[in-house]
Amino acid sequence: MRIELRDMHKHYGSIKANNGINLTVEEGTIHGILGENGAGKSTLMKVLAGYITKTGGDIIIDGTVKDYHTPAEASIQGIGMLYQEPLDYPPLTVLENFMIGQAKGVSNQHSLFREKLEELIAHFNFTLDPDVIVKYLTVGERQQLEMLRLLSLGIEVLILDEPTTGISDLQKEALFNSLRKLASEGKSIILVSHKLKDSEALCDRVTVLRDGEVTGSMEKPYDANELLAMMFGEPPLPSTRSAVDYGETVLSMKNVSGLGERTGLSRCTIDIREGEMIGLAGLEGSGQGVFLRIAAGITKPTEGSLSFFGGNMIGKKLHAFKKEGVVFLPASRLEEGLMPDLSIQEHFALKEGGSSFFVKWDEARAESSQKTEKFRVKGTPDTIAEALSGGNQQRLMLSLLSKESTLLLLEQPTRGLDVESSNWVWWHLSKYCLRKTAVIFSSTDLDEIMSIADRILVFFDGRIIKDVQRDETDARELAEAIAGRV
Amino acid sequence: MTGFDLTILLGGVVAGAAPILLATLGETITEKAGIINLSLDGTIMLSAMTAFVVAFNTESLVAGFVSAAIVGALVAAVVGIFSIYLEQSQVAVGFVLTLMARDLAYFLGNPYTRLPGPSVGPQPIPLLKDIPFLGDVFFNHSFPVYLSLLLIGLIWWYMYRTPQGLRLRSVGENPGACFARGINPRSLQMVYVLCGGFFVGLAGATFSLCTKPGWGRPQGAEGTGWIALALVIFGGWHPIRAAIGAYLFAFLQVMGIYFQEWFPSVPAQVFQVAPFPLMIFTLIFINFAQKESVIKRAEGRGWLQVILRLFSGAMPTSLGKPHKTGQ
Amino acid sequence: MQEKNGMNTSASIHDKAIVRFSRDLVLTVLVVVSFTTLIIVLSGAPPLAAYYHIFKGSLGSWVKLGHVIRVWIPLTLCTCGLLYTFRIGLWNIGVEGQVIMGAIFATYVLRFGMDGRMATFFLIAAFVAGVAGGALWALIAGYLKTKGGVNEIFAGLGLNFVAQGIILWLIFGPWKRAGIASMSGTELLPRELWLSYVSTMRLSPLGLSLALCAIIVTAVMLRYTKIGLCLKALGSNPNAAHIFDLNTRLYMLLAMVFAGGFAGLAGSIQVTGVYHRLIPAISSNYGYLALLVAMLSNYNVWIGPVVAFFFACLNVGSIQLPMMLQLDSSLSGVIQGALVLAALAVHAWRIRARRIAEETWN
Repeated sequence: MRIELRDMHKHYGSIKANNGINLTVEEGTIHGILGENGAGKSTLMKVLAGYITKTGGDIIIDGTVKDYHTPAEASIQGIGMLYQEPLDYPPLTVLENFMIGQAKGVSNQHSLFREKLEELIAHFNFTLDPDVIVKYLTVGERQQLEMLRLLSLGIEVLILDEPTTGISDLQKEALFNSLRKLASEGKSIILVSHKLKDSEALCDRVTVLRDGEVTGSMEKPYDANELLAMMFGEPPLPSTRSAVDYGETVLSMKNVSGLGERTGLSRCTIDIREGEMIGLAGLEGSGQGVFLRIAAGITKPTEGSLSFFGGNMIGKKLHAFKKEGVVFLPASRLEEGLMPDLSIQEHFALKEGGSSFFVKWDEARAESSQKTEKFRVKGTPDTIAEALSGGNQQRLMLSLLSKESTLLLLEQPTRGLDVESSNWVWWHLSKYCLRKTAVIFSSTDLDEIMSIADRILVFFDGRIIKDVQRDETDARELAEAIAGRV
Repeated sequence: MTGFDLTILLGGVVAGAAPILLATLGETITEKAGIINLSLDGTIMLSAMTAFVVAFNTESLVAGFVSAAIVGALVAAVVGIFSIYLEQSQVAVGFVLTLMARDLAYFLGNPYTRLPGPSVGPQPIPLLKDIPFLGDVFFNHSFPVYLSLLLIGLIWWYMYRTPQGLRLRSVGENPGACFARGINPRSLQMVYVLCGGFFVGLAGATFSLCTKPGWGRPQGAEGTGWIALALVIFGGWHPIRAAIGAYLFAFLQVMGIYFQEWFPSVPAQVFQVAPFPLMIFTLIFINFAQKESVIKRAEGRGWLQVILRLFSGAMPTSLGKPHKTGQ
Repeated sequence: MQEKNGMNTSASIHDKAIVRFSRDLVLTVLVVVSFTTLIIVLSGAPPLAAYYHIFKGSLGSWVKLGHVIRVWIPLTLCTCGLLYTFRIGLWNIGVEGQVIMGAIFATYVLRFGMDGRMATFFLIAAFVAGVAGGALWALIAGYLKTKGGVNEIFAGLGLNFVAQGIILWLIFGPWKRAGIASMSGTELLPRELWLSYVSTMRLSPLGLSLALCAIIVTAVMLRYTKIGLCLKALGSNPNAAHIFDLNTRLYMLLAMVFAGGFAGLAGSIQVTGVYHRLIPAISSNYGYLALLVAMLSNYNVWIGPVVAFFFACLNVGSIQLPMMLQLDSSLSGVIQGALVLAALAVHAWRIRARRIAEETWN
């Protein structure tokens, strides 16, 4: 099946996630979609798979324009997608997961589908056991199952969204072999990835997206440098920042591992000193969140040692971390950072602490007025958190930070903010460094990291694969690291 | 009742368990699909009253059972509409309904208090009842009891051996994935809520037309709904295990009567109330058995793992959570 | 010129809110009245007569009004207590058992003063014991939830039945009246241990003031104290507790203690001010009813007592029904339940309508 996307648009209000994208995928080929965070790859594919409705443009399958609105309708057209978060049923068995949605009626069709499943497993040389409960499968195996299921539905176009995140090399090989086999059988494969190596190894053709638009495409064999240029654009001019004297070691991790996100965190060893401004680069979900949460005391590491100013923190409760002056700001504002039903004023009152029995509402109100003005939060002290826009929620969270802290851990602190606001935020945070606070932040914007951080850690597949001072590296090197090349 | 006859005892258990079993099985279906119907207790009362009143007026037991089942489904429909389509808290609606249905039952059933009415007579199955021991225990009962026994197998088969049953289980685990596969989670959940309510209605009818015939205030079925809810959890949302729980409970109830005779000095209330702290202990134990730390400690000790596995209940992942439309 | 075009002035928003609220109220009442009338007709009685008797039976005379207030007092106390647990997101269904245990603890203390001496001391001690009893019972449910992982609904329910069993055992067993053990309860308390009351209305000023205090204390606690704010925060998002260094478990237990304490106080008043002895139905279903009151008043401490008053009227008024129209008095329960359901439905409908409107705009 030949897929053509013509002038695809997907807008969220004023944000253009996809802005006039043209793309053609030929039958029997493996087509890669490359780009960094926020380029619009996932959005585009979700539109193609029927998960999201497009704002404009046409989807043309084998010459005819097709219109569909749900994943089920898309699969009738022959298009199926392997999502990053598997949409399956963990408590049920492999066979049952395979059957749901396909098997109809009241007669026992277990043996019929078992045959079908085992045939497919054999065809691709997978090692899936139909009677195992899906909860116990690895990410790679769940992917394999979903792929087989889509194939048995008669999918001709298979979309994979970052499929190699969090799976072993062996499973990756198995996956790639199965994809090559599918392509040779006439299916069209679309691979969305940020990993250069994978795309280079597997794809016949690659299209690069940046900021919602196509910046170029290339066929095999690939020129990595050109691809990187298409992905990341021109490197920004290094901005001058005043030097800060670093102080003692605040945080020290040795061989720390932890669970969370798709990749977890593996054997991280690092020392952070007072006054450092550290940026965590890498694709979202490569372990930065786990790292931040372990440092914050929210997640317990599965191994390794963790200490603050030399004092061991393994086994200590969250309160101990707070006493040390560690502050954490999560990326998911309403789920983890704010109280949706509480007003701005109430948040400040809550933050106050102190031992008084009664809430000092006057003080809280005054402080909230002051801070909302200073941080430019659009809302009155009585506006509830839920009613604020995403960007304003971010500003509220930042305004709640206390001036005294030893370590600030910020997960995507400028997410949802416009350029002007982001600049103001960074100016504000730089003052913390002057006060000897160590600041660690993660960001999906490499430009931002390069202009703000003194030191950059690149996360890839749950590991820190690069740890450099900003002046000792450039955008090209970092881009390569993010894409997996060191 | 001073003699101790095992067959009579067990026969009594099977008969007494019938209404609880019906209610528990019905709620297992509903919760397996992801919805909690907290109105069980009130629904049983309301359907019990309906069964008796209708049977009394029409002199047809079948009409009584059918009308009770419909009432059960109607109350469940209210829970379903509020939770599935209006996306309100299932607990809130269920709780209000349980009180309201009970009061409705008392109010509308008032004129029929203590009136003698029709009740289901024993219908021993001709050949099977003569089997020694088993015959008296299982085949010497009335129709609703046979129905309850049949339903255990029927519901198990439906849930675990048919594609439709697979869909039932899938919608309680991950309605979002169902949506992605072209299954409409809302209508499916509604169907099973109604289904469960239907069986709960039958349970109420079994009370007022068979196990504790008649109507009054109190009727005697009060509190059963709550037990049924606890039994669903005890049964790990599996029909057969829930049935075992129901029979265990009925057994304890029957034994309570014997114990009272054997130990007259122990206050009667102890036996009446005993199921509830027992239920709490079981719930604590089930929760304990599912703790990560406990499972880890059981590694290597096979026998412990078997016990833990016995008590682990797989709660349907999306139980009680309203499914928001769209993504 | 058209400066106000597209801009909602605060006055007009306010007006719109009032219009919307009145519309919802009228709709709710209409639905409930229609439903209730249908039910009454189904039972074969004249609906208007039923409403009339309920009205007359509750507000028709000073004596009747006194009855209503006597119901209102424990109902309001329980409702105030429940506001704490609802705020943190707990379903404290065990409030019924907490009332019973409060009554039991109070009676236990009072039994030491049956000879009538040091009455004031015993009364005060009884009230303290009652509060402690209710709080303790609630704490058990709280621990079952926080440490044992048992859903508070089941824990509360189980404890309700256990409390019921205990009170029955006490009344028919150790505390039974000499010679006769009966449903009418324990030995009548000596006059000295009765709460003083205003004669015409049989109303205890102490009970009334306690209820009013409870309303004010709760209003202050929820609105002006740290505890109230933390309860609200944890009820809104327990996942963000770590940001503000809040101990979720501690606050859950605290909320339960408050709810249980208020319920226990209600139980003590039932023993000393209403029945003057311990009877099996000492809680009179007020616990469950208070849950409905809290839901219907949208968990607002000022609306709660108003709704409680209305519900108390329904309760007391419908006592007339068996005598006058041969109807069961549980009609009040039907009306109360229907009101909450209708209010929930109207509320849900509004949200749905607003969401659909937003979606079509986008």
